[in-house]
Amino acid sequence: MGTEIAHAIADGILGGGVYALMAAGLTLVFGVLDIINVAQGILVVLGAYLSYVLSVHLHIDLLVGLLITVPAMFVIGVGIYWLFIRTLRGAERTSMTLLACFAVALIIEGVLYREFGSNYVSLNAWYVNQSVHIFGFYLADIYLIGFGLAVAAVVVLYLILYRTTFGRAVRATMQNQTAARLIGIDVNRVAALTFGIGVAVTAIGGMVYGSITSFTPNSGYDLISRLLAIVILAGMGSIGGALAAAVFMTTIEALVDIWQPDWSIVVFYLAMVIVLTFRPQGLFGRHAVRAQ
Amino acid sequence: MRSHPHRARYLALGTTALLAAALIAGCSSGGGSKPSSSGPIIIGTSLSLTGDFSTDGIAFEKGYELWVHDINAHGGIMGRKVQLDILNDNSSQTQVVTNYTDLINVKHVDLTFGPFSSLLTAPAAEVAHRYNFAFIEGAGGSPLVFGEKLPDVFDVALPVANELDPFVNWIKSLPASQRPTTAAYPMANDPFATPQVQLAQSELQPLGIKTLYSKIFPEEEPDYLPNADIVAGKKPQAVILGSVDVPTVAAFMKGFEEQHYNPKVFVAAAGPDQGSAFESAVGGPGNANGMMVPDAWYPGYPSATSQAMVNEYVAKYGGTASGVNADVAEAYSVGEVTAQAVEATHSLSGPKLIAYLHSGVTLTSVEGPVSFNSIGENVKAIAFIFQWQNGKFVQVLPTTATGSVPILYPKTNWSS
Repeated sequence: MGTEIAHAIADGILGGGVYALMAAGLTLVFGVLDIINVAQGILVVLGAYLSYVLSVHLHIDLLVGLLITVPAMFVIGVGIYWLFIRTLRGAERTSMTLLACFAVALIIEGVLYREFGSNYVSLNAWYVNQSVHIFGFYLADIYLIGFGLAVAAVVVLYLILYRTTFGRAVRATMQNQTAARLIGIDVNRVAALTFGIGVAVTAIGGMVYGSITSFTPNSGYDLISRLLAIVILAGMGSIGGALAAAVFMTTIEALVDIWQPDWSIVVFYLAMVIVLTFRPQGLFGRHAVRAQ
Repeated sequence: MRSHPHRARYLALGTTALLAAALIAGCSSGGGSKPSSSGPIIIGTSLSLTGDFSTDGIAFEKGYELWVHDINAHGGIMGRKVQLDILNDNSSQTQVVTNYTDLINVKHVDLTFGPFSSLLTAPAAEVAHRYNFAFIEGAGGSPLVFGEKLPDVFDVALPVANELDPFVNWIKSLPASQRPTTAAYPMANDPFATPQVQLAQSELQPLGIKTLYSKIFPEEEPDYLPNADIVAGKKPQAVILGSVDVPTVAAFMKGFEEQHYNPKVFVAAAGPDQGSAFESAVGGPGNANGMMVPDAWYPGYPSATSQAMVNEYVAKYGGTASGVNADVAEAYSVGEVTAQAVEATHSLSGPKLIAYLHSGVTLTSVEGPVSFNSIGENVKAIAFIFQWQNGKFVQVLPTTATGSVPILYPKTNWSS
């Protein structure tokens, strides 16, 4: 039983890394732009399909392919912001952006259905089904890679936000858009670039997601509720918090799987509710994040 | 056949839709379909063209369309052309109720075909029953549907609870020394998956096959790795997986491979029957080798009408014969059975069709003979077990059945 518990904890921690990769863009976009990007799930799937195209048709390794998919998704993200979100202003902006993101999700899903059909596909590389023997059990290489990429993504995003001029502009925009404009920050440009970065990170999440499970253009729907739960638990806008919250929730879920797997999803959301009862701002509350 | 669990967020909408449907029913005259005319026969159906069941729903759409193309090419039914009216239910139990209410009460279709999955068939059948429509379907074979004991439901496919019977019988036929000694029964919480696996477990345990794991996990689990790891850690010789789709079984296979664990025998309720979609999702023929799945049909099914349908499918939609999944045949069979019933009764009347289909008559379909009992189960359906062998999807059980080839046992190691 001890080994089983240890294995479940390891699975939970590594699985949390994968979810953090998928949720990082969502929380970044909300933190800066106050946009709940409900298209995040389908963007993860889009990232997975981009990796699929490079891998199957151009025989480019999944990890190497990130050098192409991350910039491509960045461009797509900037394009989505520029086309669908930039012009939305006023009191109804939040609800309008929600609808705009939903429309984007439907458009992307439709395009993916048209291009790839409804059959399941998955990503393959020599390391996808490999594992290493540690502490008496095997850990999947792709999950270790995913966790490493999640930590790296969090560090890179942190450095961008806190060690660059652009990051200062982003944080100023997070705190007060009007004041940011007054001191000469091009808020639209910052917003577009931030949206692009959020979507770019999703390319990494998509690659890992597509490597651990098979997917169709419809798979985004199963993801979005979990990703939202993670960023809410983390505290909307907290990138490091997303990693911590994802690890926390997937670990609890993996432990419940040992005894009562049919309760695992219930416990996943129950954990969120309990934490929010005592800490409504999430583990790393938004106000605290913006004050950093 | 495959289905998915309830979605709580649809409950409120579902209640509203049901109330609305009840009101509409109260205001309508009822009594089944409209009298025939000289125009085309309109057949209404709701399919999951988007949402969780979209892979199967789209395959069903192709199966229905293929049948309509064929029947019209042969002069239609009773000399009238056939036309489909397909609505998308987005895999929602609420929408499927709305759709059938709309098809029957607003669009006044002549006949209805069933949707995909037991979970959608159960509420849809109630709507059809309210309006006295014969509800012939091909993917609602679980106790969830038959438990309603509705007189209008007719499932042309194999009842799901009995799907693993050939597998269990084969295990029983093995000498004790060759049988697996231990087994695991992971099951998705789904009316399609659990009944057959639980029945198999109840029959294998008395043979002395020790149960090492038997648990139900949520169907919408996005990551099955922890579940797969737990099963792999117990190292059962047989795994009977209550899966509902390709990702479930693919995730367990992947988890097992990563844990360097390979069962002697691995049968999954659904997933390996999805042709090339399964093979590509699990990383190719090496991994697929030895995987088994129950079903009532496969592309190589030795019947002339089945072969003709497969050839037409490939000609119309492309791909290869092995890529045609069983959903297409189930949908096509629904059309065949409906046509035979209408021609025999020379009527589109729901009550007449229902009485005819309950008469014990044996009809034909690309999946084999069809005859219904009092709750609409196809008692003539034949259960088979299929297995992937060196890139081919072949029938292996029952061993005495025409077309069965020797079973690959024990299964080969992953990627070999």
